[in-house]
Amino acid sequence: MSQTNALFTYTLRLADDLLILSHRLGEWCGHGPVLEEDIALTNRALDHIGEARNLLTYAGELEGKGRTEDDLAFLRPERQFLNTKLVEQPNGDYAHTIVRSFLFDAYHLPLAEALLKSSDAQLAAIAGKAVKEAQYHLRHSSDWLIRFGDGTEESHQRAQAALDNLWTFTGDLFTQDEVHQAMVKAGVAPDLAKIKAAFDATVDTVLSEATLNRPTDGFMASGGRQGKHGEQLGFILAEMQYLQRAYPGATW
Amino acid sequence: MTDVKNLEDLFQAKIDAEQKIEPKDWMPEKYRKNLIRQISQHAHSEVVGMLPEGNWIGRAPSLRRKAILLAKVQDEAGHGLYLYSAAETLGTSREQTIDDLLSGKAKYSSIFNYPTLSWADIGAVGWLVDGAAIMNQVMLCRTSYGPYARAMVRICKEESFHQRQGYEIMAVLAQGTPEQKEMAQDALNRWWWPSLMMFGPTDANSPHSAESMKWKIKRQSNDELRQTFIDRTVQQAEVIGLSIPDPDLKWNEATQHYDWGAIDWAEFNNVVAGNGPCNKERLTARNKAHDEGAWVREAALAHAAKKAKKKQAA
Repeated sequence: MSQTNALFTYTLRLADDLLILSHRLGEWCGHGPVLEEDIALTNRALDHIGEARNLLTYAGELEGKGRTEDDLAFLRPERQFLNTKLVEQPNGDYAHTIVRSFLFDAYHLPLAEALLKSSDAQLAAIAGKAVKEAQYHLRHSSDWLIRFGDGTEESHQRAQAALDNLWTFTGDLFTQDEVHQAMVKAGVAPDLAKIKAAFDATVDTVLSEATLNRPTDGFMASGGRQGKHGEQLGFILAEMQYLQRAYPGATW
Repeated sequence: MTDVKNLEDLFQAKIDAEQKIEPKDWMPEKYRKNLIRQISQHAHSEVVGMLPEGNWIGRAPSLRRKAILLAKVQDEAGHGLYLYSAAETLGTSREQTIDDLLSGKAKYSSIFNYPTLSWADIGAVGWLVDGAAIMNQVMLCRTSYGPYARAMVRICKEESFHQRQGYEIMAVLAQGTPEQKEMAQDALNRWWWPSLMMFGPTDANSPHSAESMKWKIKRQSNDELRQTFIDRTVQQAEVIGLSIPDPDLKWNEATQHYDWGAIDWAEFNNVVAGNGPCNKERLTARNKAHDEGAWVREAALAHAAKKAKKKQAA
């Protein structure tokens, strides 16, 4: 795989996490537990889609075949999506939504901070904007997780169940295949072991304050980065891509 | 008795002098009730209005459209919040106000009981529904109750962006493929009459109007606002090549306004009475969100109480 191909794939991986998570968060719109959370979740969805758009546009440029952000979002089939399985998981109850975001945020913030020093100027610039947003995201999801863990018995149980259910999907976040290794070597991407250390520290601090137990690493899911997803992703794409697929070539 | 009469005279004098009424000022009980009713209906409309638009967030046809729609629906939630706060300044709690919505006691704008069936409906809602709402809201920026007027200034700025984005969606569709144009025309056909109904009953049949005008809660009548909306919108439709679904619509040189056909008030009354296409879905969705969110709100309160206790102990 050439360096450009690896960079294209790596950029898509970054973009797809945000695109799919944004889609999931958008599903809450109008259905949140309090109006303030409707606003907070839409805020997050907007931040994620904003970062995804920058990354997809850049991926299109890297590829050099004239594909736009929309071509990449709406006209790629399921097997070409490179997001982690974590972000495609269904919203579930609010504890699942918060835990899914928390686990992602605990990875995304140190990743964005590391990408500030990327040898790729464009990725570094995109990370520059993302860092500030990711700090707020992590604060939002941590605060809620602490409220749930150290709230009522019911909220504690729900939060623990969500953690136990979603933990396996963090495996994907830290898998370093040859694409990733090539990016580390080129100074584009950070070594994921370092991101994992920051992730672990955040998780341990927040879970301790939340009086929740960190699940043990059992079977850890992987495959998302290679386009091998769960069955959920197909339905996300069926919804997301519907108009572009139904009316090929139309402008919106 | 004389005292109340005095207070009422003072109150009316203040209104006549275009001074704003503030939360701590004396006001007639009916003024307070009328405002609570109107502001909470308005707040509920913002919140219920998130549902038909939220319906298309997952299917927005481009990332730009998706981001715009997310931002728009987020604005509506924000409007709901300011308005619930404005209602609270009149001595009603947000919980009570929301309970009245959930039980079906309080009303919200009937327009949101219509479904959004195609992407073009998102254009039509922005263009027509927000367009009609703005007519009312611009007037309300000068309403006599201070907190309501101030909330409205901010809301109007955002609503005019909403209307423009809706019109832009329609313009792009109208210039698109034949299927897209058909989608746009169909949306206009379905949303036109319900949008006209948004201004409420004709002045002759509007139960709250006379008092609201005297107290300058409202400053223009339903019929005046409706006419201005029609005059503006007909021209906007012409610019993008869509037709208003009213065979009686024609320009009247003498009045310098459009004449237009009869509104089906039976349909309006029926939807207000709860028999619109989506009344049940909307209320069910709000109740579901509220019920499923109960444990979340309880957890937040329980945690806050624990934290306060720890702080006290420390």
